[in-house]
Amino acid sequence: MRTQALIIGGGVTGTGLARDLALRGVQCTLVESGDINSGASGRNHGLLHSGARYVATDPGAARECREENEILNKIAPHCIEKTGGLFVAVEGDDEKYAADFPLLCSKCGISAKSLTPEQARELEPSLSSKVFAAYLVDDASIDPFRLSLENITHAQKLGASLLCHTKVTGFEKENNRIKAVHLVHTGTGRETVIEPEQIINAAGAWVAQVAALAGIKIEMLYSKGTLLVTGHRIANRVINRLRSPGDGDILVPGGTVSLLGTTSVRVDSLEGLRPSIEEVDLIVEEGSKMIPTLSGIRYIRAYAGVRPLLKMDTELDDRSVSRGFLLLDHRDAGLENFATVPSGKLTTYRYMAEKTADLVCERLGVRAPCLTHTEPLPSTPSGMWTEPAFGPKKWGMESRMETLLCECELIPKNAIESVVGAIREHHLDLDLNAIGLRSRVGKGACQGTFCGKRVLAFLQETGQLKGPEGLKSLQEFLQERWKGERPVLWHSQIMQAELKEALYCGSFDLENHGRPGQS
Amino acid sequence: MKGANHPLECELAVIGCGLSGFSAALFAAERGISTVLTGVSGATMFASGLLDLLGTHPVETGTRWQDPWAAMEVLFKDHPDHPYARIGREAIAGSLEKVVSFLKSEGLPYLKAGSGNSEVMTPLGTTKYTYYVPQTMWHGVKALQEKRPCLIVGFKGLTDFSAVQIAETMADRWPGIRGTDVVFPGSEKIVGLVSGDIMARDMEFPGNLEKLVHEIRPFLENAEAVGLPAVLGMNRSHEIVEELSAELNRPVFEIPTMPLSVPGLRLNEAFTSGLSARGVRFFVPNRVTLWEEDDAGFLLSVGNKDQKQSLRAEGVILATGRFWARGLRADRDKIREPLFDLPVFQPGERKDWHRKEFLDQRGHPANQAGIEVDNLFRPLNEKGDPALNNLFGCGSILAHQDWMRSKCGSGLAISTAWAAVEAFASRA
Repeated sequence: MRTQALIIGGGVTGTGLARDLALRGVQCTLVESGDINSGASGRNHGLLHSGARYVATDPGAARECREENEILNKIAPHCIEKTGGLFVAVEGDDEKYAADFPLLCSKCGISAKSLTPEQARELEPSLSSKVFAAYLVDDASIDPFRLSLENITHAQKLGASLLCHTKVTGFEKENNRIKAVHLVHTGTGRETVIEPEQIINAAGAWVAQVAALAGIKIEMLYSKGTLLVTGHRIANRVINRLRSPGDGDILVPGGTVSLLGTTSVRVDSLEGLRPSIEEVDLIVEEGSKMIPTLSGIRYIRAYAGVRPLLKMDTELDDRSVSRGFLLLDHRDAGLENFATVPSGKLTTYRYMAEKTADLVCERLGVRAPCLTHTEPLPSTPSGMWTEPAFGPKKWGMESRMETLLCECELIPKNAIESVVGAIREHHLDLDLNAIGLRSRVGKGACQGTFCGKRVLAFLQETGQLKGPEGLKSLQEFLQERWKGERPVLWHSQIMQAELKEALYCGSFDLENHGRPGQS
Repeated sequence: MKGANHPLECELAVIGCGLSGFSAALFAAERGISTVLTGVSGATMFASGLLDLLGTHPVETGTRWQDPWAAMEVLFKDHPDHPYARIGREAIAGSLEKVVSFLKSEGLPYLKAGSGNSEVMTPLGTTKYTYYVPQTMWHGVKALQEKRPCLIVGFKGLTDFSAVQIAETMADRWPGIRGTDVVFPGSEKIVGLVSGDIMARDMEFPGNLEKLVHEIRPFLENAEAVGLPAVLGMNRSHEIVEELSAELNRPVFEIPTMPLSVPGLRLNEAFTSGLSARGVRFFVPNRVTLWEEDDAGFLLSVGNKDQKQSLRAEGVILATGRFWARGLRADRDKIREPLFDLPVFQPGERKDWHRKEFLDQRGHPANQAGIEVDNLFRPLNEKGDPALNNLFGCGSILAHQDWMRSKCGSGLAISTAWAAVEAFASRA
């Protein structure tokens, strides 16, 4: 198998790069060891920064954010909700930081309109009465799943290939080039070899492991960040704490819910990462200083992602280590066709992709210019069911005659049909987690109790999952939901979890299904 | 308490309308104790209708037992603090017999296999071990045992029951099983979800049974038994199942469903009518919000702010269930019993409540949380003494058991209710 450019990693950078290259006429192949957005791209706030968060720590990054924010609003409006954002300082926060903020914003060309605390509470009534400074900025919420799915779908339309559940196992070098890349399918174990002209390592938190296979050492730091999903939407705008970035200081609306985070916990390993209960409690306590109701509301689940940070200055704390964009061309290691994008921000993914594609094209001798800053990102069915409010909207418009497979998120059967169609079309493995990634299935209050079983039944009734593997898929799906539920099991959500266990264990004995020990 | 209304008087107030509260009211009424049943109903619509006694022990190995009484002997030794160990085999068996014969008298017959457990099909296509099986499901036990060719029939619109899914899941151990969907009589034009309780009531309309037979017949082929979701009637389900068996000329059986569970509603109806007939007064659905204690016993405040009634009782049986039923409440730092503020046995901190794997065979430590009682089923205070005079606890709120993993929910509900009523009756 041959390809002009092999991209390793199906996050927002990799998929964005695939589309950029495809638009320039470069034939590329993207390999992803899990599924689209399995890493940090799928585990963040979904925040499209105005840049204001970085004005004090990293003015360069702040300007990049502002520019990219404008571009994405033009090319991908369907992935964005233009919520606007507020920065608020509460009693006890650094007054100097708050006072310097507007000047720093204006230096970066970022609009920050000063509001009185009363005006801020008029816009967002849930804000604390202890707010003493507030600014209105152009933050927005962006759906990272939809963004990546639309990017890869468009790239595929233009000739790119996508191989999910495919891991890189080794590189074959010859002279100053990587001649071949060895791949294995993580499900079937089938091995393949691909011969690319250029290779781009965009594996996010896993870039060091991938580079090591080529004999290149990259030192990375890993900072775990945990987020909480609320049961309903708390504020209309993005709410940022006006202080030096810290724990539990951003609340971002995501359709019908809000996302509260994060933490920053140094971790040594990328295996088995989960949100911890201590982090959840810290986020709730910090968040409720901005918005007091956050201490008493229902949380549906938590999730954790890893910020991959290039190790440069260990004296700094993890949020200060530059998360700006860097491109390692590996010329110093004597390789001419290998490059690594070690880390970056969701907001500036397109810019990172553009710069990386420039390097790849230069190396390939391709002269076509970048088009992603002007060419609109097409909206396709692959991405639309990831949007939290889409089900209710669509249901209201035209789906009332369809059987609902999920009542929490109002997902009709034909939505699952279209998601399954997209998975099939791209030759991906079909299981409940793959459907969950591409839709709101399992994301509502019941966390898969009813929809998990119904979607499994749908797959079996349509002959798409056969025999005992179906139940295995359900077990894996329930476990995936459990990871997120476990840290928020108090009040309503422990009730919900008990109902789920009463059914699946009490009534169905699923915990013993397929295991030895039966009489 | 500043209740404007004259308080309702009784000897015993049972709080909780699940299987344990119902059973406690039954045992009390049969002893001639004047009883009021209060609390919020709802738990029974989640009940499968099967009456479990003890299916699995120890849960860590998932060992299932044909003989629940043999399992219980081992349980007594392994977990002397399990509520069963405070009751003993004879009283457990006796209390179950009483409830089953009551249900039979209310038109809801149950069967069991000698003194042993039966393996039954679940709506997921898995199986579980249970003790008493509704008569309407009995042929399913036989069919599963013999694995003869069998047809599972689902209804279009009853989304939570998939005949094909059951058949697919069981196919490797039961090659002769097939699944298909038919249109439920009268629901041809309905699109979307149809609720099981509506189907169950529709089944009792004249003519619908014949229509259903007509729908199923073309799919019979070599099937020697036919399984259907448990929506075959509300009040005369076993007659309907017998008529269907006769019309289709082969045994027909029901399979439990997801909630809303019709067999659970049947239990609810049987208890409601049977207990009323036995003189139990109902004060439902109402949450008990406040209480005080004086020389004469308890004064309970029942209802909400718009409609409040007080209830005077000599004794109280607390059968309020666990988290789902709000008998226990979990805050971020602690599990509490919200009504009497009784101490709750619990694993240390929230991080210790649940395991990392949802389906971990050992069960979650939080499942063992609950109120601790003495041998008379009196909830204990911090010192280990009875917390209040004439307060008793029963059912799933009790500590040191995991009914979901042991498959002992119904037996626990019924036998502890029996023990609590016995203790109240023998009060000084």
